[in-house]
Amino acid sequence: MLKKLAIISVVLGVVVAGFLWFLSAPSVLEAERVAKLPDGDVANGEIMFWTGGCASCHAAPKSKDEAKLQLVGGLEFKTPFGTFLAPNISPDETNGIGSWSKGDFANAMLKGVSPNGSHYFPAFPYTSYARMTDKDVMDLWAFMKTLPKSSNKVAEHDVPFPFNIRRAQGLWKFLFFKPEPVMTIANASPEVLRGQYLVDGPGHCSECHTPRNLIGGYDYSRWLAGGPSPEGDEFIPNITPHKTGIGEWEVSDIAYALESGFTPSFDSFGSSMVDVQENMARIPASDRAAIAAYLKAIPAIKTIKKKKK
Amino acid sequence: MKKTAIILATGAALFAGSTIAAENPIAARKAVMQNVVQATKMGGAMLKGKMDYSPAAGQLVLRVMNQASLSYSTLFPKGSEAGMETTASPKIWSDMGGFDAALVKFQADTSAGFVKPEELEFFDKEAFGVAFGKAAANCKACHQEYRVKKN
Repeated sequence: MLKKLAIISVVLGVVVAGFLWFLSAPSVLEAERVAKLPDGDVANGEIMFWTGGCASCHAAPKSKDEAKLQLVGGLEFKTPFGTFLAPNISPDETNGIGSWSKGDFANAMLKGVSPNGSHYFPAFPYTSYARMTDKDVMDLWAFMKTLPKSSNKVAEHDVPFPFNIRRAQGLWKFLFFKPEPVMTIANASPEVLRGQYLVDGPGHCSECHTPRNLIGGYDYSRWLAGGPSPEGDEFIPNITPHKTGIGEWEVSDIAYALESGFTPSFDSFGSSMVDVQENMARIPASDRAAIAAYLKAIPAIKTIKKKKK
Repeated sequence: MKKTAIILATGAALFAGSTIAAENPIAARKAVMQNVVQATKMGGAMLKGKMDYSPAAGQLVLRVMNQASLSYSTLFPKGSEAGMETTASPKIWSDMGGFDAALVKFQADTSAGFVKPEELEFFDKEAFGVAFGKAAANCKACHQEYRVKKN
């Protein structure tokens, strides 16, 4: 009896392992799609660069102005799963990503898979970038190739077992990687649609402003409703149009805040949002207006705060 | 008459702030920052044309911001790191030198806009805009490093 049980459990174990192996396999873009990737327009690429906030993670910490274009890597992200280090993504062929093909960059951004076929950790927000169009991704790639090369070598992530098993990310992706649009807004104007694209795609606002569960998955039912920071004990604001969020702000207030860093009551942005705002100040005013329009159109969700200490 | 009233009221408010400082630095520093917020709001409203501009009002906005910077760091003694939902980041205490330096810069950037009484009539909205922009750039820079909004 025990022997039969042992055999059954082993067989079951193998089947389950096989199933998980299958479920967690990295999936890349189809060959035909890669073959059709366009060459990229640098001017739009620059807009994508600032919207996407690449410099905020990949340039050296506290970089300002021109230094933001040197994507040397090295910034640390202390999360409950360990410390991640942003890599050097300058066009350096040896220590950066200069030797990548268009397909490599597209797979990284749209599928979260590296050129050697392994999963990226979602500290890199491919989960949002996956909502970008092939054209915008290629435009960004064209712009990034014009940036200065850096030979800075960045250390490996300091992430303990079992979180460092890249293959396991495949299971996380199965559960939480949803690159389709998160919602359909009724009677959305072209401006709201553009705002939705920018916020949920390159802007990757939800990576901070949408609360997460214990294993770092997004709570899609509380989109952009804020929550505790994954990186410390800050509280990230609710940017839905609820009165506990930014419901009392006009569309023009939101656009102005992104441009200047000042809220309607003339408090100023602080902490990580300063960097975001300095990026947003560099994109066209019509894009800031579109972002504002979307943020007024999403469902209003009440803030849930932790118990006061 | 109106100018005098404003000056007296501001002075009284600033004096009142200093008497609660010793007992309750957290309450005091929140009050000081609220003064800065209101001054910034007025400055912004004047520049946006939502409020009538006057050179005296423009100067007062800068003066309130400058006043706040002068002894702000004394409102962060050891032991006041937590309580009353303070949004002061622990970095203030681990990097007191940097915090002080930021305040010195804020002081300089605000006083740079002061004009002598005889030059007051030439301190037009454009001049105020330049001075205000220089002063207001300090808000984000300081908040980026030294403020943490929790809960």
